[in-house]
Amino acid sequence: MPEKTSYLDNAAATRLDERVMDAMKPYFFDIYAVATSEFGYSLGIEAREAVDNSRNIIANALGADSDEFIFTSGSTESGNIALKGVALALGNKKGKHIIVSKIEDFPVLQSAKALEKQGFFVTYLNVDKDGFVDLEQLKESITGETILVSVQHANQEIGTVQDIEEIGRICREKKTFFHTDATHTFARLPIDVKKIQADMITVSANTIHGPKGVGGLYIRKETPVAKWMDGGFQEFNLRAGQENIPGAVGFAKAVELVTPEENAKLKDMRDRLIDLVLEKIPHTTLNGHRTKRTPQNANITFHFVEGESLTLHLDMRGFSVSTGSACFSRSLESSHVIRGIGGDHERAHGSLRFTFGRYNSMDDVDSVVSALEDIVRSLRKISPLGKKD
Amino acid sequence: MKFPYSEKVLEHFRNPRNVGKIDDADGKATVGSPACGDMVAVYIKVDPKDSRISDVKFESYGCASNIATGSIITELAKGRTLEEAKSITWTQASDALGGLPKIKAHCSVLAVDGLRSAIQNYEEKHGLVKDMTPTTVDVVRRRLGKVMNPLTGLDMVRTNLVKEIEIKDGEVKIVVDLPDNHQFAPNIKEEVIDKIESLWDVKKVVVEFTE
Repeated sequence: MPEKTSYLDNAAATRLDERVMDAMKPYFFDIYAVATSEFGYSLGIEAREAVDNSRNIIANALGADSDEFIFTSGSTESGNIALKGVALALGNKKGKHIIVSKIEDFPVLQSAKALEKQGFFVTYLNVDKDGFVDLEQLKESITGETILVSVQHANQEIGTVQDIEEIGRICREKKTFFHTDATHTFARLPIDVKKIQADMITVSANTIHGPKGVGGLYIRKETPVAKWMDGGFQEFNLRAGQENIPGAVGFAKAVELVTPEENAKLKDMRDRLIDLVLEKIPHTTLNGHRTKRTPQNANITFHFVEGESLTLHLDMRGFSVSTGSACFSRSLESSHVIRGIGGDHERAHGSLRFTFGRYNSMDDVDSVVSALEDIVRSLRKISPLGKKD
Repeated sequence: MKFPYSEKVLEHFRNPRNVGKIDDADGKATVGSPACGDMVAVYIKVDPKDSRISDVKFESYGCASNIATGSIITELAKGRTLEEAKSITWTQASDALGGLPKIKAHCSVLAVDGLRSAIQNYEEKHGLVKDMTPTTVDVVRRRLGKVMNPLTGLDMVRTNLVKEIEIKDGEVKIVVDLPDNHQFAPNIKEEVIDKIESLWDVKKVVVEFTE
């Protein structure tokens, strides 16, 4: 049994920072009231102030006004509100056309597919070999009927960072609304709504050592988003349901704790892992762009071997990583992202994603690379593929 | 720690038995494809005196359940007669491994399939097939239904890669609807020949591509 666990799947979930826990704690045990209106009782007013303060902190980090940010239960809900909210608001007024990239994460992709069943038309933008969307296709696809473009800021699997300033500019020029899923970039890369001209931005707490089940959506003023979660009048009457007060407080604290130094450290670990693997292990391919990628993400295909076998061997040695292999996923489908960038099934099945976080160190990088050298060698020995060289 | 498999599966996954290739194999078969994410090659040596499997080896490109099943199947088959080995089922392999997750059935049944195909390959090559019906287009088509289209993970018949089948004087010609410089063309050609040439009345297999 391994002595310690090196957790290298920080894009999926992160360890909570103790300081986040400390900030959340009073809102479980002392100020546990519902957030009331300003005319409520004092415990409720304190709770409300906590939500408002947290909102200010996060809106400020995005360069937005406080009334342009709502809390949600995570990026899945945010993506659903963005796509379905605009579809519901404009579907019968302006048109039924939506544009998304074909490598979006599931919240956006499946929301688009659900809307297709309701009579909407969706264009799935192609991406090049590094995962960049085809901007010419985007320009050509936008018509008078297009109500929304949704292109992620960075990819969940291969880390490729899109030119969203340019995408925002194109959408603004062609007068269509633009949503970007920034789950994997918020607090890791600079995002300023004044620069990127996005109308909606999805963010999440659990990718930055905040609590699970908390996210948010930036909604620029005058963006038509219909409310479809009905109930109370919370979150500027856009999202019904009692506010998750400890969650909001934890999210804000998590945002405050990310530093430029930390992001630089993540980038160093990422670069070292990519360099070492490509240098030491033959028949490997980097997935995604070499430099235009999130600081925390490395994704590499190990040819002639299968990803679930790799992850299980790594797990037995104490490393947690994920793979684009069909055998690892709940749907038994290989990664749509790797296939989207022109990779075949074999490239998807043999891909591993390493994502770093606050609690990783260079030791983790060095030890996972040496484990990989060993594991890949032994799995290739029993593989019928790639024997010729 | 909590792993998704039984101790026995993990043990065979960590230390698979009878791994490798037999260069002068009496029977061999490759099933699955890299596209489906699982592929198994099985090689057998047969003692003609008593039709027993004297040696068996396997290679696997696949997930843990695929590797473990390949390993256990070689243990179960070694020393058995061909008839006995043919009747080994997935359930027996799974039981011997202390149980496999149901969702992994399709990855692990491949090894069982591989062993049966290797035995069939041996029997066909050695004229042991009792069923001496002549090879027809239907027979060829059924066999090609076992060759995977690496682009989709589905077989080449279902995905309309088989454009034409022609049988004349023991020569089978198959036209595959792919350009001949396609990345998977050599791989498909090899698998097609493998599946067809062992038929008792086939003397030659010609594989052509459309462009």
